[in-house]
Amino acid sequence: MPELAAQSWFMLQRQGRNLLRERVWVALLLIQPLVWLVLYSQLFTRITELGGFGTDDYLDFFLPGVVCMNAFFAGSWSGMATVTDLDRGVIERFLATPVRRSALVFSQVARAATQAGIQGSILIAIGLAIGADIAGGVIGGVAILVAGMLLAAGFSGISHALALIFRREATMIAAANFIALPLMFLSAILIARPLMPGWMQAVSRFNPVDWGVRAAREPALPGTDWLVVASYLGLLAGFTLLTAGFATWAFRAYQRTL
Amino acid sequence: MEYPALDSLAVDAIVAEGLEKRYGDVQALAGVSFRVRDGEFFGLLGPNGAGKSTTTRVLVTLTRPDAGRAAVAGHDVVREPERVRRSIGYVAQASGVDREATGRENLTLQGRVHGLRGRALRERVDELLSVFGLSAAADRVVRGYSGGMKRRLDVALGLVHRPQVLFLDEPTTGLDPEARTVMWDELERLAKVERLTILLTTHYLEEADRLTDRLAIVSRGRVVVEGTAEELKRDLRGDAVSVELADGRGEAAHAAVTALGSVLEAAVDGRILRARVVNGGAAVPGILAALEAAGVPVESVTLARPSLDDVYLHHTGHDFRSDDEAGLRA
Ligand SMILES: Nc1ncnc2c1ncn2[C@@H]1O[C@H](COP(=O)(O)OP(=O)(O)OP(=O)(O)O)[C@@H](O)[C@H]1O
Ligand SMILES: [Mg+2]
Repeated sequence: MPELAAQSWFMLQRQGRNLLRERVWVALLLIQPLVWLVLYSQLFTRITELGGFGTDDYLDFFLPGVVCMNAFFAGSWSGMATVTDLDRGVIERFLATPVRRSALVFSQVARAATQAGIQGSILIAIGLAIGADIAGGVIGGVAILVAGMLLAAGFSGISHALALIFRREATMIAAANFIALPLMFLSAILIARPLMPGWMQAVSRFNPVDWGVRAAREPALPGTDWLVVASYLGLLAGFTLLTAGFATWAFRAYQRTL
Repeated sequence: MEYPALDSLAVDAIVAEGLEKRYGDVQALAGVSFRVRDGEFFGLLGPNGAGKSTTTRVLVTLTRPDAGRAAVAGHDVVREPERVRRSIGYVAQASGVDREATGRENLTLQGRVHGLRGRALRERVDELLSVFGLSAAADRVVRGYSGGMKRRLDVALGLVHRPQVLFLDEPTTGLDPEARTVMWDELERLAKVERLTILLTTHYLEEADRLTDRLAIVSRGRVVVEGTAEELKRDLRGDAVSVELADGRGEAAHAAVTALGSVLEAAVDGRILRARVVNGGAAVPGILAALEAAGVPVESVTLARPSLDDVYLHHTGHDFRSDDEAGLRA
């Protein structure tokens, strides 16, 4: 176990260091959440008049949603890094060393979660600065962040598994788009649950993105039921374990094709 | 050849027994067998697509063979891949460096993965950077390295943890003559001074001749011959005659020469006709007469003991310079 943790940490450091060298990427990483927060909250300002949002201020409603949206996009796209590493022979080089396959997977999952954590913190800070309220206070804010990080981790497992199965950039882009947008609309990220058509509400019960939204929005709005928060966070943790397992399996499947 | 059971392998650093591997309808390996003794420098030669890289990849645990067995440093590559990976260094045919990291960062991570830490790691990294002439570029991102620098870093990466057995898949391809000589010197030092076991694949016969203790020629997924360069040349009876033709009528020349009883085999590459004959001195006049009778003008003739080129030609049926093989179609 300590070996696995150490190896994952070295791999995580490598990714972090390489990414921080990409100045433009870092800048976009920091600016993008802001753009989403401002555009969506402006666009939907008056939507709360329809009722069912649990608050009159759309910003209060949307802040946990945008943290989740940003996080699961970050997770869904994170497999691109694996496609590049496969292309460049970096993964093969590591496969001929004692490094554990699971360390390669965990480091990618942890990287996606870290990225979502940083972006989520920025979103919450800006949201609070422009007048959002988090009913659950500091603990509520932490719960929102944890929900986002678990979403990013869970979807990055899927993304890396797909990267190992398809191994092509174009296919990855198509798959990420194909999965991400429908999952976003099949959740209560943007609008209140009662406003969704019945069948969408039914489907959303099985959508991990919606689990994240439930876990994050519950502590953001008044009348928080912490049991709900805990159970959805638990569900997301299970989802993350499952997809990390899927990615590790995909690694073995990839190796069998060599 | 009869081999002892796979269990009594401690003495041999590399054992390959009847390795087979198929990709779709291409039989990449059709029963590769050879052994490399501890401390030996061993070469794998063969045309493109012969199966050299696939063999290497099986031995470094990247590729699982369909059939056959192999052991490296006394460990079975399929049953104990973890142990094999701890004992080996592997330099792939295509570079595996992290282009977004510096040379030093690449080496440091590779060392950490192999369990090196702290000062020992830092010193080892510095040492390799200087041995491979990368000290000045150590803290630059690899993306800005030249092809030769990147290749040297590849080889350095395979050596960080002082492996027992080193696998080099065409390590000097793409190096300029000076860098190649430096690489040869270093590989020779590793073999002689550090007693490293090395398996090298190459397309440079000169490289194989100079560096390796023994070599195997691979063709169509099989080892066709194995021995020291000297043995292989000696086993090839006769002398090598090389005729430079004045014009491009290679086919006519080939036909005329192969009809002679004294000629064991012949091949044409561009304007050069290469033939192996029983007795050079006696055969040359006959060859010249036959070419004249066929109306093929001759520019020059040289006579030599068989070189590794001739060995290669004899065993692969390819001239070394124009080789290509698409594996064995099933
Ligand atoms: N992953 C793969 N998928 C499909 N075919 C493969 C794969 N790897 C190798 N082959 C095929 O197996 C055969 C042997 O390839 P290999 O790379 O071992 O040859 P080689 O001797 O290393 O050639 P070269 O000198 O060009 O490097 C070739 O026909 C190649 O096309
Ligand atoms: Mg090769």
